Amino acid sequence: MALKMVKGSIDRMFDKNLQDLVRGIRNHKEDEAKYISQCIDEIKQELKQDNIAVKANAVCKLTYLQMLGYDISWAAFNIIEVMSASKFTFKRIGYLAASQCFHEGTDVIMLTTNQIRKDLSSPNQYDTGVALTGLSCFVTPDLARDLANDIMTLMSHTKPYIRKKAVLIMYKVFLKYPESLRPAFPRLKEKLEDPDPGVQSAAVNVICELARRNPKNYLSLAPLFFKLMTSSTNNWVLIKIIKLFGALTPLEPRLGKKLIEPLTNLIHSTSAMSLLYECVNTVILCVQKLRILIEDSDQNLKYLGLLAMSKILKTHPKSVQSHKDLILQCLDDKDESIRLRALDLLYGMVSKKNLMEIVKKLMIHVDKAEGTTYRDELLTKIIDICSQSNYQYITNFEWYISILVELTRLEGTRHGHLIAAQMLDVAIRVKAIRKFAVSQMAMLLDNAHLIASNTQRNGICEVLYAAAWICGEFSEHLEEANQTLEAMLRPKVTTLPGHIQAVYVQNMVKLYASILQQKEQAGEKEAAQEITQLMIERLPQFVQSADLEVQERASCILQLIKYIQKLQAKEVPVAEEVIALFAGELNPVAPKAQKKVPVPEGLDLDAWINEPPSDSESEDEKPKTIFHEEEQRHSRHRQPEIDEEELARRREARKQEQANNPFYIKSSPSPQKRYQDTPGVEHIPVVQIDLSVPLKVPGMPMSDQYVKLEEERRHKQKLEKDKKKKKQKKEKRGKHHRHNSLHTESEEDIAPAHHVDIITEEMPENALPSDEDDKDPNDPYKALDIDLDKPLADSEKLPVQRHRNVEALKSPDSEVPLVEKKSKKPKKKEKKHKDKEREKGKKKEKEKKVVEEEEEEKKTYDIQGNLQNDSQVTVSVIFENKSTSFLKSMELNVLDSLNTKMLRPEGSSVHDGIPVPFQLPPGISNEAQFVFTLQSIVMAQKLKGTLSFIVKNDEGSTHEKLDFKLHFSCASYLITTPCYSDAFAKLLESGDLHMNSIKVDGISISFQHLLAKICFHHHFSVVERVDSCASMYSRSIQGHHVCLLVKKGENSVSIDGKCNDSTLLSNLLDEMKETLSKC
Amino acid sequence: MLTGGFEASEAGSLRVLICLKFYNLVCCALSVLFNKVYFLSQSEDTQQQIIRETFHLVSKRDENVCNFLEGGLLIGGSDNKLIYRHYATLYFVFCVDSSESELGILDLIQVFVETLDKCFENVCELDLIFHVDKVHNILAEMVMGGMVLETNMNEIVTQIDAQNKLEKSETFIFQSPRQDR
Repeated sequence: MALKMVKGSIDRMFDKNLQDLVRGIRNHKEDEAKYISQCIDEIKQELKQDNIAVKANAVCKLTYLQMLGYDISWAAFNIIEVMSASKFTFKRIGYLAASQCFHEGTDVIMLTTNQIRKDLSSPNQYDTGVALTGLSCFVTPDLARDLANDIMTLMSHTKPYIRKKAVLIMYKVFLKYPESLRPAFPRLKEKLEDPDPGVQSAAVNVICELARRNPKNYLSLAPLFFKLMTSSTNNWVLIKIIKLFGALTPLEPRLGKKLIEPLTNLIHSTSAMSLLYECVNTVILCVQKLRILIEDSDQNLKYLGLLAMSKILKTHPKSVQSHKDLILQCLDDKDESIRLRALDLLYGMVSKKNLMEIVKKLMIHVDKAEGTTYRDELLTKIIDICSQSNYQYITNFEWYISILVELTRLEGTRHGHLIAAQMLDVAIRVKAIRKFAVSQMAMLLDNAHLIASNTQRNGICEVLYAAAWICGEFSEHLEEANQTLEAMLRPKVTTLPGHIQAVYVQNMVKLYASILQQKEQAGEKEAAQEITQLMIERLPQFVQSADLEVQERASCILQLIKYIQKLQAKEVPVAEEVIALFAGELNPVAPKAQKKVPVPEGLDLDAWINEPPSDSESEDEKPKTIFHEEEQRHSRHRQPEIDEEELARRREARKQEQANNPFYIKSSPSPQKRYQDTPGVEHIPVVQIDLSVPLKVPGMPMSDQYVKLEEERRHKQKLEKDKKKKKQKKEKRGKHHRHNSLHTESEEDIAPAHHVDIITEEMPENALPSDEDDKDPNDPYKALDIDLDKPLADSEKLPVQRHRNVEALKSPDSEVPLVEKKSKKPKKKEKKHKDKEREKGKKKEKEKKVVEEEEEEKKTYDIQGNLQNDSQVTVSVIFENKSTSFLKSMELNVLDSLNTKMLRPEGSSVHDGIPVPFQLPPGISNEAQFVFTLQSIVMAQKLKGTLSFIVKNDEGSTHEKLDFKLHFSCASYLITTPCYSDAFAKLLESGDLHMNSIKVDGISISFQHLLAKICFHHHFSVVERVDSCASMYSRSIQGHHVCLLVKKGENSVSIDGKCNDSTLLSNLLDEMKETLSKC
Repeated sequence: MLTGGFEASEAGSLRVLICLKFYNLVCCALSVLFNKVYFLSQSEDTQQQIIRETFHLVSKRDENVCNFLEGGLLIGGSDNKLIYRHYATLYFVFCVDSSESELGILDLIQVFVETLDKCFENVCELDLIFHVDKVHNILAEMVMGGMVLETNMNEIVTQIDAQNKLEKSETFIFQSPRQDR
């Protein structure tokens, strides 16, 4: 019965394919999560089965679930299993799943290297294709390094289908492994002229991506692209090339001229709108043409027109400014994308003249905008526009403050902190505005209930943070300080977020201090005591706050004020002392100032200042030092300790700089320290704006008035100027002229309403100016900024997986072992080679390859083994013709040993070679397979062989021979076989295994790396890993189990091995020792 | 490059969404049929959130507005934008960076849809719903690792057919044991 149930459920599991899963999910809309978790359980069962078809089906379903948002990373190992299936159907499923869920953090990814390499060299182009596609999604730096050379070989594959994929994936390889760019670039360049349009387009694609990031390195390719542009008919390629030229032209002005002709030809001849757009985009002179695009009724063209406009704006702002009307009109468009683009344009179009007008328009939009996203966008744009280039375009800061205050009435904005930051920045840096700012902020505090009523929903209450700070810090400008203080002490304040309350508490004291001073100076002792009493009454509500910061500050201050009260009771004047607590002025500090302070010479931040306390040190010493230090810090200095002289010097330098800057209006000499200039406000020539407007009417926009005022002011200015001019010009065309001049008003004509001192941000004295701070060190494209025109150095080679020993026989031609090929003959070129392994059948086995080269031809032999049964091995050899001659009639022969014999066709003798079934034109590679039989696999084998062939070139044909050696190492008889830890433990316990061990010193690579190496070179799989200890398993083609225990010490690695056959084990360990000693 | 890279540090990626709207009397439920992300840097949850929000953004747009949408931070900054096309109940949304031509991508979506139509013989939503794997395979022939691989529909269809044929022949081998290629 139970058996039946099990069987039944297995059948069902078999049945449920992807379609069933989708159907099931759709039928279980109500309890979808439950249904899916049930499905995942089933999938887990299926993954445990041996049948690869069942596994593939399970992985296929997982891919679908991943798309729905379920994490499937736990099945990564199963995905690899499916990837390594021999059938394309399954392989494709595996690679798809991998491309969906593998990423750099996936640890099993290092196990895929071999598999991918094997697939890349598969004779079936779709195996290769599917591997390339998958790899493009999850390539890691390690994979890129290990596979770069294989992919490069594929770039010259015979099939265009593979070539284009290989070319395209190179971009991903470059990104992950920038060292590969220079060695691979020549071939990439070659592919620009590939006969297949797909390959060509892929190459253009890759180079355009590269050039977009670092255009200057690709200038030398301009002629080639120029040729392509005039000859290609593929719109995709053309668009890419034109985009590329767009990036190159700024670097090489001559290019622009040359381009005009072909581009105009294209513009006139093409029917493809997309191509036309890109052309127009590049020839950025066609602003008028763009206007037509924007006025078009097709929304897509309108959008693109605006987009192009913003690009032109950067180089030719004047020509765009004339289209302001059109752009403002676009702000009213019903399409959000278009409105956003128009906003962007406005940012670059403002000037002193039109700033108020534009912002006014934007404010209207803010009011009627629906949807918070767009309104927030408007808000940030307004602030961006106004604050750009250090408030360059603001002529009237009172207007700006009013705008900011108006913005606080926005409901539900997320950008409260932005407004707050602007308020703080302006109030601190524009001294002349402080009085006005303070009065506005006091009003905000007074009306805090309007803003704070919806604390939960929005961040607008952040502005109260700024308001409280400004009122406190510049409290001497406050007219009704009492009222403001009271507003800050309202019980409602305790509902604000903690950090704002903290600022409230701190600034209350500042306010209190200045009120106290006022009252004492006026001799109103009663009033002074009253205010103290008020503080003592209200502060406890903050002391009870749940926020630590608020609580701590409040209780501290409460104590202070109680103390003051006592003094006041004794009629001791305290105001001077209290105000001294907050003496000193804050200077704005540039954001990077800290970073630019050079480390003083001889200062070693890593060294101990005091030796760490030893255990024997007596406890009571410590409190003393701490107390001592605290003493020093006691007086509150908010300013870094810089002496007066230094400050004066710095101020002087700053003034100098401002004097040279046309925008800076020299400030009247205002001393830096506030306590010195408490009455010094009069120094600053505050503008005589008649503030007839009642400032304290909340909810009423007032910035409009400024626009009017400003117009009047400018008009007045103009009149004055004109009067002067008139006098000079003797009034002839005077009237007319004046009329004109109103319209031709130029930037310089507009004097700022305020004599504004925008304080520059402070920088440390010997700060080194550097722009490099701005570069993101993590920018992945920075690494690709490589000079491609330099010739390749010898050291620049793609790393090649140099499996064990690769040897070449001493032949008359190549007397030097290939590995260290310092060729004596100048014609010899170096070549590296690669193993590629491919799995076929149930068992496989791998082989060494031998690389040979000869005078004129270079060949890479990739020899791969493949076991059909336990005594047969297939060796795949990749022949690559590196010469310029044609090779034909190739014949491969091997000298058989007793153990290992080449399988020849029936009837031929042991001395006959096997013909290679193809010919090789120059630059082409192809693969042939040879079968070997062997008896024992416990020992490594070396077979000598010869390849004979006919070289055919213009001068005729010659017969050539190439000797090589095939190395069958013991590791190549092993098959990577996964093993579960329980099975592994059983195996070890069984007791019929022989044991052996080795130890290798001087290993510096990481353990992870080391394991990967063993997995890769010796075909093991990791069973379990604990810290720096791992157990590994593999199986030979004849069924020997091999178990390893790898331990990593400080600088050494020890490997204990167990195996059914002691000879095999010791040979394996020897090979491993050799690999490791090369690390 | 067709893009997506949702963090500044990540290189480009392409996101294809095919969304289907189910109109219902009570509520409007939506379901995402298909998505593909090149360059995975976020967890599944973030991906799903981005997809939902993207769909929300796209689906509420009018018929006669432009096909471009700047998602801002949602899709990884100002360099990236959403380009979409709307076919009956389906939305095809690509997320690309500035190296791609906007109108070019609109063409690419058209090619994609036509290819789907050819491969499924008059494609309908149900094809896409039940054969997500095939849609993936078709897309893989057009876009690789976020870069456009092939725009010629005939070439794409040829390769897809060849692969399907190969798949069929394998199923045959699979049934008759001990045959390997």
